[in-house]
Formats: sequence, C-alpha cells, structure tokens
Amino acid sequence: FLGAGGGNDIQWCFSQVKGAVDDDVAEADIISTVEFNHSGELLATGDKGGRVVIFQQEQENKSQSHSRGEYNVYSTFQSHEPEFDYLKSLEIEEKINKIRWLPQKNAAQFLLSTNDKTIKLWKISERDKRPEGYNLKEEDGRYRDPTTVTTLRVPVFRPMDLMVEASPRRIFANAHTYHINSISINSDYETYLSADDLRINLWHLEITDRSFNIVDIKPANMEELTEVITAAEFHPNSCNTFVYSSSKGTIRLCDMRASALCDRHSKLFEEPEDPSNRSFFSEIISSISDVKFSHSGRYMMTRDYLSVKIWDLNMENRPVETYQVHEYLRSKLCSLYENDCIFDKFECCWNGSDRQLLTFFLPPLCSIVMTGSYNNFFRMFDRNTKRDITLEASRENNKPRTVLKPRKVCASGKRKKDEISVDSLDFNKKILHTAWHPKENIIAVATTNNLYIFQDKMN
Amino acid sequence: MECTLDAQSLISISLRKIHSSRTQRGGIKLHKNLLVSYVLRNARQLYLSERYAELYRRQQHYPDGAPLLAMPACPPPAAAAPPDLPALPLPTDTQDREPRSCAGVRGGGELLEVPVCAAAPPELQRVPCRDSSPGFYRVTGSAGPGSGGGAAGLLYAAGCDFGSGGAPHCSSRTTVLDLDTHVVTTVENGYLHQDCCCSQCPCCCQPAPGLASPPPTPGTKRKYYPGQEEEEEEGVEEGGEPGAGGVAGGPPFAPCTKRARFEEYNTEHPQDSSNISNLISIFGSGFTGLVSRQQADSEQPLNGQLCSKQALASLGAWTRAIVAF
Repeated sequence: FLGAGGGNDIQWCFSQVKGAVDDDVAEADIISTVEFNHSGELLATGDKGGRVVIFQQEQENKSQSHSRGEYNVYSTFQSHEPEFDYLKSLEIEEKINKIRWLPQKNAAQFLLSTNDKTIKLWKISERDKRPEGYNLKEEDGRYRDPTTVTTLRVPVFRPMDLMVEASPRRIFANAHTYHINSISINSDYETYLSADDLRINLWHLEITDRSFNIVDIKPANMEELTEVITAAEFHPNSCNTFVYSSSKGTIRLCDMRASALCDRHSKLFEEPEDPSNRSFFSEIISSISDVKFSHSGRYMMTRDYLSVKIWDLNMENRPVETYQVHEYLRSKLCSLYENDCIFDKFECCWNGSDRQLLTFFLPPLCSIVMTGSYNNFFRMFDRNTKRDITLEASRENNKPRTVLKPRKVCASGKRKKDEISVDSLDFNKKILHTAWHPKENIIAVATTNNLYIFQDKMN
Repeated sequence: MECTLDAQSLISISLRKIHSSRTQRGGIKLHKNLLVSYVLRNARQLYLSERYAELYRRQQHYPDGAPLLAMPACPPPAAAAPPDLPALPLPTDTQDREPRSCAGVRGGGELLEVPVCAAAPPELQRVPCRDSSPGFYRVTGSAGPGSGGGAAGLLYAAGCDFGSGGAPHCSSRTTVLDLDTHVVTTVENGYLHQDCCCSQCPCCCQPAPGLASPPPTPGTKRKYYPGQEEEEEEGVEEGGEPGAGGVAGGPPFAPCTKRARFEEYNTEHPQDSSNISNLISIFGSGFTGLVSRQQADSEQPLNGQLCSKQALASLGAWTRAIVAF
C-alpha cells in the first residue's frame, strides 16, 4: 500500500465530519449522492429523504496556512417529495439518486437533481441586500394607506444577513417509465442526458416539455430482457459522444452524429469472462454500477462489485488496468446475496486535475482512482506507482491533521496485529459515494449518514 | 467457489426476494429482479441437472424402468422402511456428489420412494456452486416418449394435495413432466402410465383456473403456495420496509449463524424440496403462475397446470417472465 512519506505520496488527514452522531440512523438521512461543483467551492449531498444539503468552503485564511478552508452548510432544501402514481399504484421515492452541477455562468449556481422519475434544475442564489424605503409598504410588508403618504422617496438597497435561496427553475418530468439511475451534463452546457433501466433521453436545459430518446434497449417482449442500463455519462470534451454501462458488464460508446436513435453502438467494451471464476452469482458481480470518464476523456473507469477497471477508449476488448477492491469477498458471495449486499452499487471517482491544455497530451503526474467498500473502508489506487491504500472513515480514530492509518483486511489465515478479518467486517457500514475535489487533494466520503472530508497533509 | 447453500435454498431465497420486491417502496426494481432471475436460472439449472443425474443413475440401476423416482411430500413412516434399507447417509463431504438417497425399495416393479428427509435430499445439500466441468449442466432434450425417467429436464410434482398448511399425506400418485418431449408420465400405485403427449390430451391442456388473474396491487400479502405461510411472513411486509431478502435480513454478516439457520430451516420444513418442485412447475406456467393468488390457495392438483401447453411453451423464458411487469 502507499507507504507513509516518500515522494509525491499523499498523506490523508481527517478534516471534518458532517451529520448525526448517533448510531441510530434515520432512513431519510441516508446519503445517496455526493458531488463537488466545478470549482470545488461547493459540495452537495442528496439523501433518501429527498433533501439536498450544500456545503461551502471557507475562503482560505492567510493565517491558517496549515489547512484549506473548512466546509460549512451553505444551503439546505427539499428537492423532491414522495409521489404516488395513481395509474400504476406505485409510490415514487423521493430519494435523490444523482446531483450534477452546471458550470457557473453568473452569480447564481445551478444544479440538476434527480429521483427515480423527475429531474429538477435548481438555482441557488445569494441575497445579501434588500430594498428598503418603499413608499407604499411598511418595512414589515404591510401596505400603507395611500392617503397618509405625504412625501416620496426612492427605495435603496441596504445590506442584510446573507440568505441563500434555492428555487426550482425547471422540472423535467414524465419522460421515464423506469427508474432513473444517471444524469450527465453535456460539454456544450446546453443539453444533458438522463438514463433509466432501459432508455436514455436527451434534454435541453431550457425545454421541459420535450426530450429526445437516444437509446432504447427495451425488447419487444419483456420476457426476452437480458440486460439493463446501469449508468451513462457524456464524454467530457466531445459533445456528441456518450457511454452507457450495462448489467452484463459491457460499456457501449455512442456517437449522436451517427443516427438519431443510438441503438447501435460505435464501440463495445467488454472483457471476456474468466470461466474459472464462474458461480451462481457471476452475472450479479459483473454488473457495472458506475462509469466515469477521466478528465482528459482518453480513459474511462468502471466499477463492478469486486473491482475497478480502467479502459482505454481505443481498446475495446479488455481494460488496460484492473484493480481488486475487496477480492476477499469472492468466497462470501452467497452470504452477501442473502443479505442483499451483493446488490450494493458502489461508485468510483478520479482525482482532480488542472484541466489545462498540456495535460491532454501528457500523462497526468498523479492519477488516482478512489472507491468505497464495507466497514466504512475506502480504497485508492495510484495508477502510476501501482500502489493502493485502504483507509477508514470513522469518528473514532480521527483527529484533525493526523495522518490516517492505512487499514488491512486479512483474507484468510493468521491475522496479523491491526488487521481485520473478513468475518469481522461490518457490512452495514458501506461507502457507496465518494467525490474528489476538482483541483485539490480534498475528498468527500459518505458513510451511511455522515459525510467525511479528508485533506492531504500540508506542510 | 464454494457456496454454503444448496440450489434449493438459493431458489427459495431468490423467490422470496422477488416476492418482497413487490411491496418495496418505489416499485419493482427491474435491475435487481433481473439479477435475481439470473441466480434463479443458475440454481435451477443445477437443481434440475442434479435430479436428472440422479434419475439417470437410477435408470441405469433398474434397466427395466419399472420404478420411477417419486418425491412424496412427507417423510415415510419409519415402519415403512424395509430392513435392508441402507442406512440414512448423512451429508458429508461437499465434493462427494455420488447421489444417495434414503430410498426404500419395495421390490421390483413398485414405487421407489425417496422420502424427503429432514435435511434436503443429500445429493442436493451443499453442492458447490461451480460445477466440476466448465459451465453448468445444460438441460438438453433427449429421449422421446416412453423413456420414463430417461429424459433430461424433468419436473416433479408430487401428486399430493397441498392442503393449506394441513398435515401432508403420502400419495400414491406421481406425475413427471418431460420438459423437452412434453410427455407426461403418471405413476399410480407403483404402476407406470404413459400418458399421451400433452397436445393430444385436451382435458389436461386447460390451464388451471385462476392462472390468468392480473398482478396484485402492491401492498397486499401474497402467498405463493400452501405450506409456506411461515416463511412468507418473514419476508413480506405490507408497504413497509423491504425485506432484506432472505432469512438473514439486515444484521451484520455472520456466516456461521446463517448456515446454522438454514439447516434449521430445512429441518423444520421438510416439505420444502417438493414445494420447490412445485415452484418450478408454477414458474413453468410463466408469470401468471407467479401472481395467481387463487391458484396458490387452491388445492388443485398440479397436473392440469403442468399439462398446459402455454406453460410448456413459455418454460424457456420463465426467468424473464418474473421480471416482466
């Protein structure tokens, strides 16, 4: 694993933890998505109760050179409410499946949030001034009797306590029969896609009453269904290109210039199954739970139940790198099937980048991918040094600015000191959602109902 | 990879998951149900291939073809075991897949009974998930009519009437359906009948009434089949928290306790293996079999259902049928 010290190795330290302390987790508080905005100044979380909480990073204080600014609550709002589809007798969960930020164009911030059926565009704006001195209204808003007005004055703006308001600007509804699993904003910043189990739709951010179906894998006879769409993402640079992953472990790259309906892929990324690993659960563990392009757009990363794979877009027949997240679980798949853990959908993310032109041509100095596991462990894989590390998000062993101690799981045999045996892992403590600051070494890691923020140690 | 559960338990757990997903908030999750159907398919392939292997072995052992493997839904009374009955083998090594049975053979030409032991049929217990040969057994078509038990892909349905939770009784009638040749073979009182091919037997080809009922609205309790009420209550809550799927539920992973629980479960529910057979036959009638409440509560013998041509035609897609909604 990444050793302490030495060269460019990052040393991760605990910075903050957000959320309730008790062990009794209210279901509505379960975090379901985490996302930094494009500058990294804002960090949004969505939860099962349909709420969005946005944290803002403090401006860096010259006197506090030993740490970057802390994240504090900036805005909280109810994004989605539970709904009931009367026609189908189905309840629609309010859980926020994904949040995606739009790049900032003016003073306000915009994000897309989605539940299973409806996507909403939210505007988050600050108000730090208010008009005072109306002629016809009192300060508290009551209207004055016009006959009592004897003089006229011009209202002026006066400073007030900062208020952050969130208002829904667009609601994109009624376009998905199945459960939405992904949204992705195009690099043109005008359109975005939303994907459910069987279809992908293309939207324009300004238009809510129309969307274009660009992928449809629903078979004519549902009894012939063999796979579903599990994730989709636009290419970071090519506005005509997107990928979608499937429950069968394949990724399809589509070019919207080729046809209106991208049912035929331009590229199909698939690794042949290893027959020696065949089991009852082979189909489940090969299902891809997340797909993310690298910042350059040259690579993409996929997460399945046991591993993270890096694919070169120029090579379809196998990934260029495969990292085992928790291979020790392979012999436990039966139990994980029984307790439903095998269906957990882990996400993955790339480290941030400068996104300068040069990095497109040169391999990044530092390329790390991160993903979560059980027992509140999360894993990082350094693609350059080929080293990996397991860390834990826990209130207990974390003191601010103390370097996190690497963890090790003992798969079998004699357990060394400080190692944890597979059977002692807590499968209720899972890290499904992680995010990496777009520019700095700051990461946000979500446990069931807490959000941990870690930074690298600054000297 | 070794699995701590046998194919039957996996089938049972999987069905419970599908069942409980109907009452979960947010509606049926297509992705999860599809994945569960894959496990069902894999377990079913293994289960059926095991039964085929067992039957083939018996066929070899009794080339006259007279006794037919039957699975009554109850353990036989101890007195029925003849003195020369081989000692009940305890399931031992998982690698030893030599089929064994607690069968009592009552002489040539008579019914070979394989009582459902307190533990599930030994040859099915603790079967490794991975077949020794690459890939799973493919259930392939083979012998034609008259082969009795020689064909691949057999469905067993005990001819017992399944009273709703009443004490099961041994039946002298067993029906076997060959999935590939569509031959229905009934054994009564030790005599072998060769029924006509299903398509020529109009009286058999009517689907059991109640099969075509519409899917239930979520939030209503479903009963698949009689005798399983106890386990249904574990997994089903009306409109409430989704079952964690399976007996184990949410608590932290602890393989030892789960395994013990399943062995206990098998002990308490000796009917399960035959009920699993019934389940497979229920699935043979496609999605409608899954949702039919009336069918589950009725005491109709399953023969008519098995004979259904529609059931046979959709058999290949039965796993997909679960997902369709």
